[in-house]
Amino acid sequence: MTKTKSKKNSNFWERNRKSNGYLLKKSIMKYAVSICRFVLLFGMCFMILQPILNKISVSFMTEADLYNPIVISIPEHFTTENYLLAAELMTYSKTIVNSFVVSLTIAILQITVCTLVGYGFARFEFPFKKFWFACVMLVILIPPQTISTSLHLHFRFFDVLGIFKLLTGETINLRGSVLPYYLMSAGCMGLKNGLYIYMIRQFFRNIPKELEEAAYVDGCGTLKTFVRIMLPDAKPILTSCFLFSFVWQWTDGFYSKMFLGNIKLVSTSLARLSDTLGAYIMRITGANTTVSVAYSNCIVSTGTLMIIMPLIILYLFAQKGFVESLSSTGIKM
Amino acid sequence: MKKQKNKLAGLQKRKAISGYLFIAPFIIGFLAFMIKPFFQSLYMSFCNVQIGAGQFQPIWQGLENYRKTFLVDPEFNRLLVEEITRMMINSVAIMVFSFFVALILNQKFKGRALVRAIFFLPVILSSGVIIGLETDNALMANLAATIEETTSNVSISVAVEQILRTAGVGTRAFEEVFKIIDQIYDVAIASGIQIIIFLSGLQTISASMYEAADIEGCTKWESLWKITFPMISSMFLVNWIYTIIDFCMRSDNEVIDKISEVMVGQMDYGFASAMSWVYFLVVMAFVGVSAAIISKGVYYYD
Repeated sequence: MTKTKSKKNSNFWERNRKSNGYLLKKSIMKYAVSICRFVLLFGMCFMILQPILNKISVSFMTEADLYNPIVISIPEHFTTENYLLAAELMTYSKTIVNSFVVSLTIAILQITVCTLVGYGFARFEFPFKKFWFACVMLVILIPPQTISTSLHLHFRFFDVLGIFKLLTGETINLRGSVLPYYLMSAGCMGLKNGLYIYMIRQFFRNIPKELEEAAYVDGCGTLKTFVRIMLPDAKPILTSCFLFSFVWQWTDGFYSKMFLGNIKLVSTSLARLSDTLGAYIMRITGANTTVSVAYSNCIVSTGTLMIIMPLIILYLFAQKGFVESLSSTGIKM
Repeated sequence: MKKQKNKLAGLQKRKAISGYLFIAPFIIGFLAFMIKPFFQSLYMSFCNVQIGAGQFQPIWQGLENYRKTFLVDPEFNRLLVEEITRMMINSVAIMVFSFFVALILNQKFKGRALVRAIFFLPVILSSGVIIGLETDNALMANLAATIEETTSNVSISVAVEQILRTAGVGTRAFEEVFKIIDQIYDVAIASGIQIIIFLSGLQTISASMYEAADIEGCTKWESLWKITFPMISSMFLVNWIYTIIDFCMRSDNEVIDKISEVMVGQMDYGFASAMSWVYFLVVMAFVGVSAAIISKGVYYYD
């Protein structure tokens, strides 16, 4: 081992001499570049991870530690009380189950529908195809906030062609129930669904046409070809879209606040956490005291950690699913 | 001959029908949940909407809401201008940053997968409500203040800024650059997807191009501008549009906050619609103009 190394070393100087110092210059350059790169990347990675690390250290501190100027990152009085309090305030065990069920069902529904639509756009020729695809683009571009006012009213006074009004004399108030959001997801109008359609279409377009034609020649129907031939091929992009859909639904505040107000989800309860904390403190002390900013931030940080923990675990296991397939689709305009 | 043509037409028709069946969910959803609310909200922006028991009554009042938006409301103009400038500056910063990071991550080195995973982490963790919570985290601000005090205000960006100031280059453009550098965290967490898109673009460029350029005596710097840039210019367009759209939907957007406060808090649906339409049109105009400019420079290899 050492022999080969020394041989290599002597070789290096010899080769360097032969190349008039060019080799030395080149390899110094190479090391300098990789050191610079390391410093840069380390700094940037630290910058991205720092808030999470900071939250972790804060979440184990007692209130006294927060005001102690000596304590920066390692708590003096180690405690897990913050977790218990945050869990109680968010009704963690209940909300996390709710969130899990809602995110999972919504993600499955959205991806199923988006796959169908994406496949339709990628593989069939029909009149007005360009027009409908322009509509998909429009869906991507319109911020949901623009139409949120009217959607609000649409579901407040929900009716299908006046049928319910005829039968019961009243429109249905669907606000506060889950149904509107499931309906919207079934119609590809959920959170970032246009994007999923676009990605899935792009993926299907890259699969060779011969595969499908062979199936048709062998007497496979359209639907059967789709299920048997195309779907297994599309697994990577479907996993990727599914993961995105799940994660974004998990943290989403906009649609959750608008449509799922009555169901307690982790995202909405996290957004309300500091108010809940204030109410809680007031209740136990009985006096009208305000919570200190530092303490409420500490609890919010703990809550945030508890909510992103499942996502981090998911990401650790399915990291490839997120990143690799996204880059393999080759998103282009 | 005729029969064959008929058969072909029949096949095409069948294909068209199954195509429509596949995209039917989208069409239904689009008509039910997009078109109607879209035009309804346009109509409502011209109306005074009154909520009664079990009914809502739009009363036509012309441009009153728009007049209120621009001339009466004390905040909206300021918020809109601020938000749009912030969007422009941040989008440019995000593009530059993500392109730079993608260039680095495209090189081969140890631990590349880990670094990629870390850069992609914010896409998952800083979405939705969490990003809104990050912005008003006073504890972190406290910590930053403590660090600044204990290090007696020595930070690199401040030092460089002072050097440049005394050297007499303290123009407005520089101030913007320093503002971005101070917000580099915001930029970094917003550019996860863009990095991946640039990376996938970089990987489609064949290595033989660089080799050929290298043999012809092209430096790395030249080949960056002459090969890399044109080859992934279409990615710039995609990323630019994605960045702006993403920015519009972030939950720390003040215009959106204002709109939802008016809508939910004051129940003034007409006014809220008018404001969101103004915002939407401004953003669309911005996207349209900038995309048109960028797409002129896009180079398609094939």
